[in-house]
Amino acid sequence: MKIPDQVPRLAVVFVVAVLALVAARSILVPATFGKYGHYRAAAVDSIAARQVRFAGRQECEDCHDDIGAVRAGGNHRTLSCEVCHGPAETHVEAPFDVLPEPPDQQRRLCPLCHQYNPSRPTGFPQIDPVVHNPLKPCISCHNPHAPVPPSVPGECSACHGSIARQKSLSHHANLPCVTCHSVPQQHKLTPRTVRATKPTERLFCAQCHATRTPKLEGAPQIDLQAHYPRDLCWQCHYPHYPET
Amino acid sequence: MADERHAAAADAGTPEGPPLDRRQFVQFALAACGTASPVLVALTRLPAAAAQEAAADSTAESYDPTGHLYGMGIDISRCIGCGRCVAACKAENDVPMDAHHFNTWVERYTITADGEVTVESPNGGMDGFPEPEHNSELRRTFFVPKLCNHCANPPCVQVCPVGATFTTRDGVVLVDEKYCIGCRYCIQACPYGVRWFHPTKRVAAKCTLCYHRLVKGKVPACVEVCPTGARIFGEVEARATPLARFMRFNDVQVLKPHLNTRPKVYYASLDGEVR
Repeated sequence: MKIPDQVPRLAVVFVVAVLALVAARSILVPATFGKYGHYRAAAVDSIAARQVRFAGRQECEDCHDDIGAVRAGGNHRTLSCEVCHGPAETHVEAPFDVLPEPPDQQRRLCPLCHQYNPSRPTGFPQIDPVVHNPLKPCISCHNPHAPVPPSVPGECSACHGSIARQKSLSHHANLPCVTCHSVPQQHKLTPRTVRATKPTERLFCAQCHATRTPKLEGAPQIDLQAHYPRDLCWQCHYPHYPET
Repeated sequence: MADERHAAAADAGTPEGPPLDRRQFVQFALAACGTASPVLVALTRLPAAAAQEAAADSTAESYDPTGHLYGMGIDISRCIGCGRCVAACKAENDVPMDAHHFNTWVERYTITADGEVTVESPNGGMDGFPEPEHNSELRRTFFVPKLCNHCANPPCVQVCPVGATFTTRDGVVLVDEKYCIGCRYCIQACPYGVRWFHPTKRVAAKCTLCYHRLVKGKVPACVEVCPTGARIFGEVEARATPLARFMRFNDVQVLKPHLNTRPKVYYASLDGEVR
């Protein structure tokens, strides 16, 4: 039987078309596509080859083991160094050429975690930065590598911040709190059960304001007998801001 | 095709002379194309394929993805909303530093006594949270870190028309930046809203679970910097890992379980209001 002329010709065209399809597919489809699934396996390698920025606490402690030991015993033992010190992989690779940026030494960093916020879990140590030793760097009282609450508050303003700020603007700015209040040590530990004392009588204010001692010439003087003898001084004058 | 018609017409006419030459020429040309194309293909592909194989081998030397299945645990009762995870993720993964692109972010839920629920995430929580504004008494308020759930049944991978997003053998959902055509189907498909469109690369982007850190034996950057241990990273199926322990000792839930996406990010202390 004779094969019609058009069949071999069509066969040639068909073979060429198939070859062209195979050629196009092998050029267009990436080499590793479909190796593990419907994706380019080489993409996994290029993603895995990306630059690491955070070295990890183990890398830090390989050199800074002294600080690591301090931190391990403190309340910041769960923290990675790079939380505060920033990404340090470049520092690990070239320890003497690249130094990590020093963390903020003022009051910007610590409140990110320790500023009072009702959404934080109960019991997490929090302060109100407005009244807690205003403007004082946190690290002047707390060691950031092993922070503890100071055993006793260093200054009255740690708790009585609003009074301290008001007094700092008044004529009594230079008087320490203990001029008028005697503060038992126990008050710093259990402030609500053991109270600091307050002046109780006119004669206390009179020590400065009803004498003629040369040292106190700047202080306004009154005649204790003539100046509202039946009232207590703080019924009219607020001692922390006496101008009012 | 035009050449074919000419050849056929020539065949129907005289068998001798120049038309036969043309047919011979066409036959020769087709045969030449047919034999040359596989050779050409082999020539063009060989160097690229060799390079890619070499790259695959260099990673495979130190890291075997078949033995792993990664996931993350999030303990909401430990999250303090400091946003260090968000900042670290942006630094580690070169995420644009604006308020619209995040691989991970922290939400704050505020539920007042009259039942009103407010969800907010100012700048992803990267700069911390102001005290919540509320008109009636607060009933509950807490932080919820969010990230890609690396679903075992990921809708984003199903819809990708070109195979540019995929699940690796160790269970991480990744995007092939060179292969992505930027059609954004996956961004639409993700029920958790974790995918975003890269403004300069013009491709879909997402959390990689810091895959480049995993292959080097490090934990993801957000886990590394979390100060309270609210994020726990590890193997889902192994028995003695931090994540396995977390999943044994907590009542864990996943987000939107009814969608059957089978997420691998497990939340402890998850409030019913969290979506």
